[in-house]
Amino acid sequence: MDTLLLSRIQFGANISFHILFPTITIALGWVLLYFKLRFNFSNDMKWMEAYRFWVKVFALSFAMGVVSGITMSFQFGTNWPGFMETVGNIAGPLLAYEVLTAFFLEAVFLGIMLFGFSRVPGWLHTLATFLVAFGTTMSAFWILVLNSWMHTPAGFEMRDGVAHATDWFAIIFNPSMPYRLAHMLLASGLTVAFLIAGLSAFRWLIGDRSAGVRTTLRTGLTLGAMLIPVQIFMGDLHGLNTLEYQPQKVAAMEGNWETGPNVPLLLFAIPDEEARANRFEVAIPNGASLILTHDPDGVVPGLNDFVAEDGTALHPPVAPVFYSFRIMVGTGMAMLLLSWAAVGLMIYKRRGVDGLPKPLLWGLVPMAFSGWVATLAGWYTTEIGRQPWLVQGVMTTEQAVADVPAPMVASTLIAYLVVYALLLTAYIGVLFYLARKATKGEPIRPRVPPSGEAIVAAE
Amino acid sequence: MYLFGDPTVWLPVTFAALMGFSILIYVILDGFDLGVGVLFPFADGAEKDRMIASIGPFWDANETWLVLAIGLLLVAFPTAHGAILTALYLPVAVMLIGLILRGVAFEFRAKAPAPHKRAWNTAFFTGSLMTSLSQGFMLGLYIMGLQYTWATVAFAGVTAVFLTVGYSFIGATWLIIKTDEALQLKAVQWAKGGIWGIVLGLSAISLASPLVSPRIFDKWFSFPEAILLAPMPLMSAALIALLWLALKRLPTRDDSFAWFPFAASIVLFTLAFFGLAYSFYPYVVPEQLTIYEAASAPESLFIILIGTCFVLPTILGYTALAYTVFRGKATELRYD
Repeated sequence: MDTLLLSRIQFGANISFHILFPTITIALGWVLLYFKLRFNFSNDMKWMEAYRFWVKVFALSFAMGVVSGITMSFQFGTNWPGFMETVGNIAGPLLAYEVLTAFFLEAVFLGIMLFGFSRVPGWLHTLATFLVAFGTTMSAFWILVLNSWMHTPAGFEMRDGVAHATDWFAIIFNPSMPYRLAHMLLASGLTVAFLIAGLSAFRWLIGDRSAGVRTTLRTGLTLGAMLIPVQIFMGDLHGLNTLEYQPQKVAAMEGNWETGPNVPLLLFAIPDEEARANRFEVAIPNGASLILTHDPDGVVPGLNDFVAEDGTALHPPVAPVFYSFRIMVGTGMAMLLLSWAAVGLMIYKRRGVDGLPKPLLWGLVPMAFSGWVATLAGWYTTEIGRQPWLVQGVMTTEQAVADVPAPMVASTLIAYLVVYALLLTAYIGVLFYLARKATKGEPIRPRVPPSGEAIVAAE
Repeated sequence: MYLFGDPTVWLPVTFAALMGFSILIYVILDGFDLGVGVLFPFADGAEKDRMIASIGPFWDANETWLVLAIGLLLVAFPTAHGAILTALYLPVAVMLIGLILRGVAFEFRAKAPAPHKRAWNTAFFTGSLMTSLSQGFMLGLYIMGLQYTWATVAFAGVTAVFLTVGYSFIGATWLIIKTDEALQLKAVQWAKGGIWGIVLGLSAISLASPLVSPRIFDKWFSFPEAILLAPMPLMSAALIALLWLALKRLPTRDDSFAWFPFAASIVLFTLAFFGLAYSFYPYVVPEQLTIYEAASAPESLFIILIGTCFVLPTILGYTALAYTVFRGKATELRYD
């Protein structure tokens, strides 16, 4: 394999591993603030139980996110120097603002949030919890501004092959930014909703009947049921935005080769780029036209419009975009069915979480990580869908890659993959270990003033 | 943008200063917590927990200074960022894997099932060691002009060891402040052992950098610079002597002067840093690329600077708040 492909796999592996954890911490920060505020106002210990369990998950996820994020900031230079050389004048300030307004805020107040409960006044602890949640969201804002700009660049001009900023407002509020940001924040909310519901269902199934687990199970399911329709609506808007600015990506998502009206919605197919056709199509007539133009006779762009005269494809590779899009949508549908069924049963039977049948609870356990699957599939759709461009219409991915020998990239890639596989196993293992430990009734320790004698690390 | 004259002059200088400031703060702050990790095998189980407790609330923010430093290099000097990091491809990868291991080990060692704790302790030590060694290696290679020959790699190997010993020294001085009783005594011993690393490391770098580059030689040994600069090495020597005297008398009965070795190490690291900065200015890639040639467009730098002027004091403020909240001897780290 050549350096370009290896570097792409390496960056893809790093960023895929990284995004798993911010996806959790962005929304979990706000959920923790919610638990903390409910506790402040009600003094009901069940909210504190919920807070204490999930703050551990937050701390662990945050550490995973930080260390894998540091890797990202170096990879720009080690593997993709061309990126900053060409668009550094725009990407640079956006990344700088992320570090300045988000990273320090979350990192510093995380210490107070985790270990300061008995050291600082209650209001400061609540404020620290808020600032950590706010910091993670700011971080998401800046990075999605940059990512959206790479899809729909605006507010710049090229001078001697280097991009120069002309309008920062246009750069920040570039055409796809509001949709992408909302889509990602909702994805984070859903990931956390199903993680909380899934892990709480697991605790319930192994016999935990504490007030804390009832609270988190209900919170997770309700949050999921509330967010999923919003996300489906938002995803539709985002798709329409992509249709306007990156039609070739939508063509690949739909697996549509020829531009025309009455395009069917493909539920399944095997796109064949050699033959430039699909095999084994299962389709709903006029479906794609209806979704994308809200008119069965609407014209949907086709991939064959994006081929150079010499035959090279100017559109993204079709199969990965086509499949990952279907995985994302499929996972979203499963989320909709499960969360609405659960909430519906809770309302109908009027017995709260006690009314949930066992099979449904068992279904929720693997769904704990459904948010990860959908988020990754969504990112693959949009990022592979931008290829061969790195910054749409400005520079290709190939132009940015470093001249590092392929074996060197291969060796570091293998090292990263080994580390990531181990850490992911350890992470999931520890989540379930914490859940089992909490079920065995880890006593909630009374608040005592810190003593200089007993020294045990935080569990 | 024209406040201080030509923006293609004062903006690169300002950003070089900001980047230098971040690197210095990083080396001091993450230096002590990396050092604590390097000293891990010398401590027993309960001491390990206490050592972690002394850095637990801080390490995350400490590492953020590295992200800021590398971020400033990336945004202010993009061509230099590419040139330096592709030249340092492998040591950077080693450092990143080290940082990953130690960062997650903090959490896992406290949350994983008890039998796994040993393994995570090892990961914490290994990660800290990998990070320190690779940073020292990169420092050495940078001083050697980012060239790979047997001699430069050997020199980088030497600086790798010395920077690691230097980190463990500042880590030990941090533990002198944050611990008491048996562990504090141990920390004093560790600091005494580590001070030689500082002396040898500073000497090695001071000797090697003028020998490698005639430009640096002239900067230090021509008249009148040699006399004006003389206070720097003299101050370092005096500080080291004072440190040695202090370490012989520590810990005192009322714990007075426990802060001194850490404070003195900060000054030492700062002096060494200014020495290096003086040697290499105006180059950002040694002997190849100056900060003026590598700088981004002035309008981009200016918009970052505006934000920085507001945000950096705030960051320093709440960092100070965190250090105040967790002042005093390290106590049990707990969530309630």
